[in-house]
Amino acid sequence: MGAWQSYKLRVKRQRWRGRAWRKHGELKPVIDRTAQIRPGDLLAFSTLRNEKIRLPFFLDYYRNMGIAHFCIVDNDSTDGSLDYLADQPDVSLWHTSAGYKRARFGVDWLNWLQSQYGHGHWCLVVDPDEFLVYPFCDTRPLRALTDWLDASSIRSFSAMLLDMYPKGRLDEQPYRPGQDPMDIASWFDSGNYTLKRNFEYGNLWIQGGPRRRMFFAEEPERAPALNKIPLVKWDRRYVYVSSTHMLLPRGLNLVYDEWGGEKASGILLHAKFLDTFNAKASEELERKQHYSASVEYKAYARRLDDNPELWCTWSEKYINWRQLEILGLMSKGNWA
Amino acid sequence: MSVGIVMLVHTALNRAEQVARHWTAAGCPVVIHVDSNVPRKVFRAFQSALADNDQVRFCRRHRCEWGTWGIVAASQSGAEMMLADFPDVRHVYLASGSCLPLRPVQELVDYLADRPLTDFIESATTADVPWTVGGLDEERFTLRFPFSWKKNRFLFDRYVEFQRRFRLYRRMPAGLVPHMGSQWWCLTRRTLSAILEDPDRQMFDTYFRQVWIPDESYFQTLVRLYSSNIESRSLTLSKFDFQGKPHIFYDDHLQLLRRSDCFVARKIWPWADRLYKAFLTDGSAAMKRTEPNPGKIDRIFAKAVERRTRGRPGLYMQSRFPNQDWENGLTSSPYSVFEGFSELFEDFEPWLTKITGTRVHGHLFADARAEFSGGAHLINGALSDNAICRDNDPKAFFTSLIWNTRGERQCFQFGPHDNQAIEWTLAKDPNAQISVISGAWAVPLFRSNKNFSVLRKEAAALQKIEAAHLDVLRSTWAKARVRIWTMAEFIESPMEPLQTIIDEIGTVSPRRLAEAPRMVDLEGFGRFLQNLKNQGMHPYLMGDFPVETEVRHAPKPPRKPYLVQ
Repeated sequence: MGAWQSYKLRVKRQRWRGRAWRKHGELKPVIDRTAQIRPGDLLAFSTLRNEKIRLPFFLDYYRNMGIAHFCIVDNDSTDGSLDYLADQPDVSLWHTSAGYKRARFGVDWLNWLQSQYGHGHWCLVVDPDEFLVYPFCDTRPLRALTDWLDASSIRSFSAMLLDMYPKGRLDEQPYRPGQDPMDIASWFDSGNYTLKRNFEYGNLWIQGGPRRRMFFAEEPERAPALNKIPLVKWDRRYVYVSSTHMLLPRGLNLVYDEWGGEKASGILLHAKFLDTFNAKASEELERKQHYSASVEYKAYARRLDDNPELWCTWSEKYINWRQLEILGLMSKGNWA
Repeated sequence: MSVGIVMLVHTALNRAEQVARHWTAAGCPVVIHVDSNVPRKVFRAFQSALADNDQVRFCRRHRCEWGTWGIVAASQSGAEMMLADFPDVRHVYLASGSCLPLRPVQELVDYLADRPLTDFIESATTADVPWTVGGLDEERFTLRFPFSWKKNRFLFDRYVEFQRRFRLYRRMPAGLVPHMGSQWWCLTRRTLSAILEDPDRQMFDTYFRQVWIPDESYFQTLVRLYSSNIESRSLTLSKFDFQGKPHIFYDDHLQLLRRSDCFVARKIWPWADRLYKAFLTDGSAAMKRTEPNPGKIDRIFAKAVERRTRGRPGLYMQSRFPNQDWENGLTSSPYSVFEGFSELFEDFEPWLTKITGTRVHGHLFADARAEFSGGAHLINGALSDNAICRDNDPKAFFTSLIWNTRGERQCFQFGPHDNQAIEWTLAKDPNAQISVISGAWAVPLFRSNKNFSVLRKEAAALQKIEAAHLDVLRSTWAKARVRIWTMAEFIESPMEPLQTIIDEIGTVSPRRLAEAPRMVDLEGFGRFLQNLKNQGMHPYLMGDFPVETEVRHAPKPPRKPYLVQ
């Protein structure tokens, strides 16, 4: 990387930081419990809107994993998410009614919160429908992973988004609060992903899975990106550039080995396709607050009217992380 | 007579305390060295927590940074105090705060009592050890290292380069032969006191102060001067990964550690409650001993290192995306590509399936869709036959297909009609077995009912594509097993090449092929080629076909299977 490119990226990074600072006025603290954060605590950051039904399981899942504190931005929920979250003892909550899109899909808000509270902590940035799975997650807490990453001088951890879906129609099995969404959406595509390198930022760009297979078969290059780097030992100089797909400085994006080896990586189980999906898709279409003019939701809307089944005979049923490791979707790397 | 433990501690002091109490409870005195980076307040609290135990002493504190002299100084201070304060001690065991005794302490005491004169220290000459990190082995002893590798890598590297360039090598003190090995040793009082009380110690210390990672060489080298009975191995189980940093043990390693035959393991994750609970119990309550199987631990950690450095061949994923030509296996398993066979034989695909038991696809890279076997639209891994998705990244499509179906050999057809973007991937892949009947694309043209002017144009285009493709297969970069026959050559005696290919696939019994696929009727093919020539197009890839005298060796009567006895 030449000095000029390095300089350009630096300018970009400063611009995103400046943007995060500008946008922080939009966040109104509802309840600030960040004084509880102890040095070395693992933190989770999230933006959400109308996800109350998912919250009980979401919070418990990450509490059990060892997350000590949640910093959550509520984007004008109308379903009582705000009150529910405000009652949780380990949640600090901000509210905003500003546009999700204007805040670059929440990235600016979270960049700000992370720069304020995440410095020096391992920070996990996830949506309420994303569930982190990492090697040995059934026997070792998240702290074991972050300690190992620290010892190995690794600052960021990759976890590809894996779309989960139910067998049969989406609305066949209603989701109840507190239920494990993977009880319903327990299927996934195991081997239809394509990877490209983004030479500007150094990250990989992964596409595929059921969404490309069903909704973007005719224009695969517009299929949603699945590469994510949700777990980072945060420093206030860092920024997420686009969702959690890539970061600056770009060394953080080098979560893959280029010389044939495998680095350790995890999976974000993406339980988007539940019975709540149809309502969400039509709402988002109206709000037009999603990525590139909500192309994703438009594509869904076209197909969802005929209630497509995402499941196919080659779908795999989720068992555990070892299965994902064997299938080559994630790797233990040299963690043993 | 007993064993004394010198314990080097810098973090997780509560665990160190637990382990120290375990040692002393079994009658082994402990001298603890606490890194001077630990804040005074924390150190005082730690000291007072252990104040009730008169078998525990604290020695002079040194600053321990990885790769520097401090760790040796700490071991020296600890060992000196141990020898002076506990005259009963015969063996001194160097351990760290994150070490955990795996077997009842009494077993260790008995084991050492049976070998009163043996020094357990891994000590090998530099020429013979593979584990050096950073490319410094011999030079560890001949250069100077005043800069920290961890904090000041730039200056460290520059200074090494500088010394190499100007040949600023220094000489080892006379009589020393450099040896290296694990820093965790167990030495006898006799050897240890000889090292510590050597009249030349000042000189040795001055020398080793400038050696790189002296904790792996100071005692390992000096012990060779004094010990008469060295057992060159460490009693501490510790595994290192490819960066030279120790692997960490967690709760789920419990069963594995129980099967180790080592006395002490390092390093243990401080929050591994189950491990500490299981191993820090006294002899009677300890778990039943199981048959030692240390090989299993070795295998697991060796595999982890290999996964990190070599990875799984043919896998492309979020944390393994090799640069071109660094794939260490373009695809995960062998497969066969057939070019021109399904054009020449009417029932080639079903025949091949029957004969070899492999999965036989049609043209995977056909224009309309990927022709998966059985006409399926999806295949293993939910890989779709959609041509747009496939052509978006043909290599990813193909490597995924081979990865998804590993364990079952794949065969597919390829030809000049297909998307050629994949050809280099196939040609460069040692897993590929590519068999080509060149010019066979002319057979469907010959049998089609199209206008001759259209045929002529199409034939010219296909021939051009195939000629370029054959150049790729014949290039010096091609690593595939490639066999090319002209069509004329092939139909001369089709069984021989078929037999060779099938044998190489190797899924069938070694019997000779009894049944050949049915060749299409080539009556008039020579005339057809001649007509193309007459139109000014020169078909040459199929070899020479006589114009009138038809291919006599073509099956006759045409509908009967070809039998070879």
